[in-house]
Amino acid sequence: MSAPVAAPRPVDEKLAREFGLNAEEYGRVLAIMGRTPSLTELGIFSVMWSEHCSYKSSRVWLKELPTKADWVVHGPGENAGVVDIGDGLTAIFKMESHNHPSFIEPYQGAATGVGGILRDVFTMGARPIANLNALRFGRPENPRTKRVVDGVVRGIGGYGNCVGVPTVGGEVNFHAAYDGNPLVNAMTVGIAPRDRIFLSAAAGIGNPVVYVGSKTGRDGIHGATMASAEFDANSEEKRPTVQVGDPFTEKLLIEACLELMATDAIVAIQDMGAAGLTSSSVEMAGKGGVGIVLDLDAVPQRETAMTAYEMMLSESQERMLIVLRPGAEDLSRAIFDKWDLDFAVIGHITDTGRIVVRHKGVLEADIPLQPLSDEAPLYRRPIEWPTPPAPLDDAAITSDVPVEQALLRLIASPDLCSRAWIWNQYDAAVGGQTVKRPGAADAAIVKIDGSRRALALTTDCTPRYCQADPRMGGMQAVAEAWRNITATGARPLAITDNMNFGNPEKPEIMGQFAAAIQGMAAACNALDFPVVSGNVSLYNETEGRGILPTPAIGGLGVIEEASQARGIAIAPHLDLVLIGATEGWLGQSLWLREIAGREQGAPPPVNLVAERRHGDFVRHQIAAGGVHACHDVSDGGLLVALAEMALAGNTGFALNDAPDGVSDIGFWFGEDQARYVLAAADATDLLAAARRAGVAARLLGRTGGNELTWAGGVSISLKELREAHERFFAAWMS
Amino acid sequence: MSLRAGIVIFPGTNRERDMAIALARVTGGRSPAMIWHKDTDLPPLDLVVLPGGFSHGDYLRCGAMAAQSPIMRAVRDFAASGGYVLGVCNGFQILAEAGMLPGALLRNAGLRFLAQDHHLRVERTDTVFTRGYAEGEVLRVVLAHGDGNYFADEATLDRLEGEGRVAFRYCGPDGAVTPEANPNGSARSIAGVTSANRRVLGLMPHPEDYVDPLMGGEDGLPMFEGLVGALAA
Repeated sequence: MSAPVAAPRPVDEKLAREFGLNAEEYGRVLAIMGRTPSLTELGIFSVMWSEHCSYKSSRVWLKELPTKADWVVHGPGENAGVVDIGDGLTAIFKMESHNHPSFIEPYQGAATGVGGILRDVFTMGARPIANLNALRFGRPENPRTKRVVDGVVRGIGGYGNCVGVPTVGGEVNFHAAYDGNPLVNAMTVGIAPRDRIFLSAAAGIGNPVVYVGSKTGRDGIHGATMASAEFDANSEEKRPTVQVGDPFTEKLLIEACLELMATDAIVAIQDMGAAGLTSSSVEMAGKGGVGIVLDLDAVPQRETAMTAYEMMLSESQERMLIVLRPGAEDLSRAIFDKWDLDFAVIGHITDTGRIVVRHKGVLEADIPLQPLSDEAPLYRRPIEWPTPPAPLDDAAITSDVPVEQALLRLIASPDLCSRAWIWNQYDAAVGGQTVKRPGAADAAIVKIDGSRRALALTTDCTPRYCQADPRMGGMQAVAEAWRNITATGARPLAITDNMNFGNPEKPEIMGQFAAAIQGMAAACNALDFPVVSGNVSLYNETEGRGILPTPAIGGLGVIEEASQARGIAIAPHLDLVLIGATEGWLGQSLWLREIAGREQGAPPPVNLVAERRHGDFVRHQIAAGGVHACHDVSDGGLLVALAEMALAGNTGFALNDAPDGVSDIGFWFGEDQARYVLAAADATDLLAAARRAGVAARLLGRTGGNELTWAGGVSISLKELREAHERFFAAWMS
Repeated sequence: MSLRAGIVIFPGTNRERDMAIALARVTGGRSPAMIWHKDTDLPPLDLVVLPGGFSHGDYLRCGAMAAQSPIMRAVRDFAASGGYVLGVCNGFQILAEAGMLPGALLRNAGLRFLAQDHHLRVERTDTVFTRGYAEGEVLRVVLAHGDGNYFADEATLDRLEGEGRVAFRYCGPDGAVTPEANPNGSARSIAGVTSANRRVLGLMPHPEDYVDPLMGGEDGLPMFEGLVGALAA
């Protein structure tokens, strides 16, 4: 065996630092290799040990999250999480960030984010049936924000619409903390038979390793390293590290892979995501406890004279790596030929426990796999635990702004206004199974073809709560996802989490991260709502300023009878009933920020016992059939929830007086948790059932007419409300 | 009674399942034939459907490459011998590129992808596609396209109008055809046109997505029921 090829410039600690490895990490590389690594080898170490691929700062904390339940088939560790949804079927889902690329190049960054998460799901054998997203942008007044929003929305639509997977839900927030670092989190959900799930662990000495999909180019080299660093004023120069998406090829790849998966040709399969050929080959062989040999001469290449280093580090999109059963090459090649996709045998599985890479007759890399993964850096970084702020004295908060005027201002604010401008660019109907589209219900409802069942899907996080109190914010994010699924009548099953935080080397950021995890874990345990997949995105900082801590939660539930799923739209002649107690908690509320101009106080506390009891009660009432519409109370409080129900149903209502013992502002705009508004033909039975269940319930008023009317005669018209709701995006984007 | 329908799959087609669901709903669950674009022959059929999607990624001009697919010779022969052909969205673009329907579909006037509900007015009821509707009836349908802006020269538009070949126009909920209710800038608000013999229909919106109240509406159902009534043996 010849010695690895010499690098064009010397491999040393200085180069290692440029590749993102510190001196101590480079020392480990030297110890493992017993010699100076080649350029390609250094490249492989640096991407595998990047924060993005190794989770070196977050792993010790992620272990605190519960990941098991009777219905969990595969938890974290596979390409995506898998839960049993009955009828012999599973739902396979995950959420993943594409924050850094989306700031540098919004359209392609967002588009390839969608493409990457789709591959994580169909690589396990699932046909993708829904996409969702969670987006955070800077202040609308920031001149850059508009371009980022426009590019990200076009990118998500451009990719999802073309591959023919409906985009059915999501959330959008605006805050100055995201001015230099927007968050683009994309989630895909797929369906696969329980006995046809494909995993990534390679097996079978001598089995062929096959490359399928697009050709490899020089795009995205070191993308995973970029995603593990802060931004500075020169970040624009990183544009060449952003990949370019091709949703048409992805569509062909989905169909070809699913066609191949219907045969018994596949031993293991993984997409080439971050760190491309390196991470897929290293992880597949590593998980299987085998070795792998790659012959890069056989890799389909888009550009000439590519080096081994470039090929191993390229993040060209729409590529998969497959280990086939011996003799399955011809059958497999015929399927990819049919779909006009590249297919190449580029290596085989060995028993050496090493990854060996050859190119043009030269040994480019020869690395033992077990140390590469076992000795990957793992940091228990210093932590400064956050101190939760003191609660505000809610009773002392007053305002000159009348309730109806405050509602009009809130419903017109960027965080609460109509998202129709965004949704109207996403195809939510393709596939013919979308029962509840964005805005129609608290969670999107997508039916499973050939079954009466449907999935309930949502993304949730309230970053301003997380900033004020990361532990409570983490808890609230999980609880709100659970609540949104519950409000449709579905049974919440599991979540995927997308942890977006700043620089983990700062103790206060690690404190936010760890506290958020602890809050999430408490909620997951109390609500039987385990984490089955996830993604961590750190270093979300520009010029030293971090984002709001944003643990975005993607929730999934199931409802046995799709037609029983409830939306938020009210019709005339219904009683409106509030479930859950209202103390009038105004700390960190949108009313406080938008009307009083203060971002202050502690966020509303989450009582997980009440959360569970109220949610189980609501779900039971929906199943019993008496509930016409249901909406959880979240951002903006009770009056905003009621107004959204009125807008969705194009029906007004008349409200009773607010109760004694709580201020008008607190009752209508407080953001107390574990609350729902239910609409029912007659509240009598509902109120009696709540009394029996020990759940606080209150008759709020009755629906009908074209106005929102308060006791005492004040009213606003639906028309005025709708104009306020729809004003922002129309004006901003025109 | 059973309708023998076939759906042509091009690389990038993505609404074939929606169309199959709609057809199965009116044919007692019978699955339509799925026909690969590289095939050169059609099986015996009463109806050929070119469904929506992004054939060949829309990378040249929408529908331009698909119009050159091997199967399109057979589809053209099928139509020439009196066969019925329905092209929806990308299918309409392919029929226009193949010269089987007049005009072209340009980029939406607003330069954005449109994915929203919209209304259509039924202009003709003397076709197999529209016989289930009343003249002037208003339907709610799904739009999902970036290139649906129907264009033809004035002489062609006059001829189409004169021959009664405009099947659907975009309109408001009240049926009024106005510039405000024209979502994509289409000439004369045209959403769908037929061949001279009324046996080939191309339209941009998706009636196949509204055949079940559970999915938000069933205004598309009469089109498929009408096809079964007229064409099923």
